[in-house]
Amino acid sequence: MKSISGLRAFTALLQRDLVLGLRNQSDLMNPLLFFIIVVTLFPLTVGPEQSTLQKLAPGIVWVAAVLASSLSLDGIFRSDYEDGSLEQLLLSPQPKILLIMAKISAHWLLSGAPLIVFVLFSGVLLYLPDAATWTLLVTLLLGTPVLSLVGAIAAALTVGLRSSGLLQALLILPLFMPLLIFAVSAVSNVSRGLSVTGEYYFLGALLTLALTLAPFAVLASLKVRMA
Amino acid sequence: MWEWIIKFASPMHFYMLVNRLAPWLGRAAGVLLVIGLYGSLFYAPADYQQGESFRIIYVHVPSAWMSMFIYMNLAVAGAAGLIWKTKVSDAIARSCAPLGASFTFLALTTGSLWGKPMWGAWWVWDARLTSELILLFLYLGYIALQSAIDDRRMAARAGAILALVGVVNIPIIHYSVIWWNTLHQGPTISKLDAPSIDTMMLIPLLIMIAAFMCYFFALVLVRARLEIIEQERSSKWVQELVLQQPGQSV
Repeated sequence: MKSISGLRAFTALLQRDLVLGLRNQSDLMNPLLFFIIVVTLFPLTVGPEQSTLQKLAPGIVWVAAVLASSLSLDGIFRSDYEDGSLEQLLLSPQPKILLIMAKISAHWLLSGAPLIVFVLFSGVLLYLPDAATWTLLVTLLLGTPVLSLVGAIAAALTVGLRSSGLLQALLILPLFMPLLIFAVSAVSNVSRGLSVTGEYYFLGALLTLALTLAPFAVLASLKVRMA
Repeated sequence: MWEWIIKFASPMHFYMLVNRLAPWLGRAAGVLLVIGLYGSLFYAPADYQQGESFRIIYVHVPSAWMSMFIYMNLAVAGAAGLIWKTKVSDAIARSCAPLGASFTFLALTTGSLWGKPMWGAWWVWDARLTSELILLFLYLGYIALQSAIDDRRMAARAGAILALVGVVNIPIIHYSVIWWNTLHQGPTISKLDAPSIDTMMLIPLLIMIAAFMCYFFALVLVRARLEIIEQERSSKWVQELVLQQPGQSV
């Protein structure tokens, strides 16, 4: 029997995960709902003044995005672990890095990408000026894949553990601090009329680093956990 | 040379080595600590700006150094465990984590005590304080992962991957936080050619660092020995060891 090529395995797995994700709508919607509720909590607690909210908006949106993303991490490998398909994945002849990339891409498309749409709403809720909202969108576009990539390491390390959700958050939240710093500083630079290229470059560099290293860490973690 | 290393990577030989080494490291730490404390409290002159309160540097800087040094040890031992699958390196990595977390906590606490008279606040969001705090979180995450996984070998290897991910991230975290905010005084002795500290103040500091190092190595070896004994409790040499102790039964 001829085995299929790595690229076809990638698309097949991506398609499967996307179909599974889209059919399970509560898993898809819950992180987004969580995100928008967290954003709503801030005007209620720090006050509805336009100037305060404008100043806090990038931080609020990013913290909510990081929390929402770390809540959805558990889903990357859990069901595959429980029904044994994760083991089959690791035994398959195709390059495993590609398969892991497929799983991570599916997670990003289902959790990170819809978040970017919701950011437009939260920009309105927090009185963010248009220019700043667009910058926020770009930072999320560059940053949310990092959340999925690095988050997948924690998901892989804790796969199969009971109450792994909180543990995953503990493991990865410290690692996201550089991301938050650059993303929020980009948005506040725009609000002050400064250049944002430097921050974009840093975010791009973080994305490149995560893209090149994280899949290998995920693979190593899965091998350790499935041993 | 490799044979020698491989020999001490076996749990039994490691146990014997620690039995011989740890007491000496402990004594060295004690002696150095007494000399270092005398030097830092009496020999070193008071600072012309900060007065006597600068003397907390003699605890603060060694702990901050140890906090980073131990994380490197943790990662290197973890990597060795992943590559050569040696039980001893797993045990060392596991024993490093609580010690590293304690030194990080000590560095933060002494920094806070020093910050109150100097900056007028217990805590400031300064870059180096913040990255030290994040380092503490990394240690605590490692410990949390260790306690979540029941299987020892698996916990050690999962922890090793986490530590390596942390090592890649620490410089990024450090420099991004520096870029974000800086209030801390510049490094005093990292410039090796011309330290911006008087020799009279520097000598006790170096002695204190040596004392902290010896203390750490003594403690990590003893902790690792305990791990080894627990891990190997069903092996023959441990059983024999227990039987040799008077008044003990297996």
